[in-house]
Amino acid sequence: MQKFTTLKSIAAPLDMINVDTDMIIPKQFLKTIQRTGLGKFLLNDLRYNDDGSEKPDFVLNKPEYRSANILVAGDNFGCGSSREHAPWALLDFGIRCVIAPSFADIFYNNCFKNGILPIALPKDQVDALMDKAKEGREIAVDLSDQTVRAGNDVVFSFEIDPFRQHCLLNGLDDIGITMAQAAEIDGFEAQQSSLQPWLYAKK
Amino acid sequence: MPQPRTLFQKIWDSHVVHKNDDGTCVLYIDRHLVHEVTSPQAFEGLRMASRKVRRPDATLAVADHNVPTSDRSKGISDPESRLQIETLTKNCNEFGITLFDMNDKRQGIVHVVGPEQGLTQPGMTIVCGDSHTSTHGAFGALAFGIGTSEVEHVLATQTLLQKPAKNMRITVDGTLGAGVTAKDVVLAIIGTIGTAGGTGYVVEFAGSVIRDLSMEGRMTVCNMTIEGGARAGLIAPDETTFEYIKGRPYAPQGDDFEKAVSYWKNLASDDGATYDKEVTLKAADIAPQVTWGTSPEDALPITASVPDPANTNDPARKAAMERALSYMGLAAGQKLTDVKIDKVFIGSCTNGRIEDMRAVATIAKGRKVAEGVYAMIVPGSGLVKAQAEQEGLDKIFIEAGFDWREPGCSMCLAMNADRLEPGERCAATSNRNFEGRQGKGGRTHLMSPAMAAAAAVTGRLADVRELS
Ligand code: SF4
Repeated sequence: MQKFTTLKSIAAPLDMINVDTDMIIPKQFLKTIQRTGLGKFLLNDLRYNDDGSEKPDFVLNKPEYRSANILVAGDNFGCGSSREHAPWALLDFGIRCVIAPSFADIFYNNCFKNGILPIALPKDQVDALMDKAKEGREIAVDLSDQTVRAGNDVVFSFEIDPFRQHCLLNGLDDIGITMAQAAEIDGFEAQQSSLQPWLYAKK
Repeated sequence: MPQPRTLFQKIWDSHVVHKNDDGTCVLYIDRHLVHEVTSPQAFEGLRMASRKVRRPDATLAVADHNVPTSDRSKGISDPESRLQIETLTKNCNEFGITLFDMNDKRQGIVHVVGPEQGLTQPGMTIVCGDSHTSTHGAFGALAFGIGTSEVEHVLATQTLLQKPAKNMRITVDGTLGAGVTAKDVVLAIIGTIGTAGGTGYVVEFAGSVIRDLSMEGRMTVCNMTIEGGARAGLIAPDETTFEYIKGRPYAPQGDDFEKAVSYWKNLASDDGATYDKEVTLKAADIAPQVTWGTSPEDALPITASVPDPANTNDPARKAAMERALSYMGLAAGQKLTDVKIDKVFIGSCTNGRIEDMRAVATIAKGRKVAEGVYAMIVPGSGLVKAQAEQEGLDKIFIEAGFDWREPGCSMCLAMNADRLEPGERCAATSNRNFEGRQGKGGRTHLMSPAMAAAAAVTGRLADVRELS
């Protein structure tokens, strides 16, 4: 996983609430057996006409936002299905950070597994950043000191779980971390199988 | 006296392998369900790191999202769907995992199959790379959807890294009116708390209405917990639960069953246990529901009219409502019962079980699908299909003009050939009415199986109470 330390970029404003994962990456693109290559289908139905041509008014098609690494969105971002294709598509497009007033749980979790930083901020602060994004101003994110800045006047700090912060800052793979605790897992299984043997009965 | 605990806390506490200083836990996972869409990249990850599946015996795979619901003997024509299903077969063989493939009689939607096989049991932790894993909470199991990276984590370690969620209790007391079902209850709940109302919570459903539900009804309620933003729903196990599990292939057998039941009986929340949030609904206030918009929270009683965005003060909500009305092709103030439909989809992990089939048959019997309406019924599993046929329900459906199909996810998410065309309007028993969910430009109204059957025979959104 790619590390995340600091990021400074133009931010694309997606001023909608309840942006669901079906919208972020529609089901016809879930047939892939790979993680990469989904960026061109990110927000497909909002982004393209039926004939495949781009909708020029849509934010990600505007020249100034095509290379945005940050997305600013409305409440309950990423609701719906558990598809990790949603963060994969964001990442493949180049988005490393999503800022919104709130996120759906599974999506929020999936972001961290892919080196994307989801930042939840109070609605008035997101509104302020949305305005900056619409003006085409750069936003700077610092994961170590947990701040988001836009210019000198707008500085917000955000909350993040220390373990997730640590993994993201160092690009750590959590499977490896857990596997190092194999002895404890063995111990758990030994105890559970004596108390609840039916969980281990071979079918 | 030990501190009184909730059902959620008891399951959580009994699965913590390790607790980090910041509260993150290594949580043991008892059962892992796998399907073709969210697993290929996880298996690929294992292969690249030369890792094995820690407990193939605790893992079951089934192909459901991509499978055709028409005759399968000739295989799948769509090359991408075929590749995904072949990849699942290959991965299961390589890693030693039991698979119910497309031609297995037991095949079906993963959340229908797990309970049907007796794999879903009280007190367990169950995960699947699918948000509707919440369904299994109906048995008093802590069950939730995970992403593909987490699927890989569970395959490799049989654990997940998690922090405990907050705990909410939703109590529904009273007696449901005629024509009001579990689906109406959960739609009314989501209409009340909103699609983000449960974010960060595990929800326990309680109250006399929930107690009186069958296991099928309880699964419908827990299934849609995720539509209220909560990853997991829970219902305390009771005699209804034990009765359902007994004798199923993967259920504890013989002495083990008795031992298990005595363990399960201690899982219910203790008197005096506290919740971070409580919500109550009265059964008498719940009418048969339909959704009018593109979010499951857009649920209203069938007797209502399409709401007017002008009546809301929140600008974000107003914009979302306007967008939904234009997408759905509806006008504010229009009576819901005047809305004509083109298609009907009965099935999905929300409402593809035998009881749902029976509810549809009750309305369909002696009636005909309205002129110009195409209505499909997709059983949740091969065994549901066989049971329905044994009861003669298929004859009622076919006689009434319904299309009786093979099991799978089908038009719930339209990854196979079953889908809406742009602008088509569908009465659906599934769980999501998002834009494009059932096909690009398709318009979905969520409702119960009986309500969907009523829509099929009247050709419009209809109040089932007027038909029974
Ligand atoms: S039936 Fe629908 S909601 Fe259920 S698992 Fe299949 S696609 Fe998902």
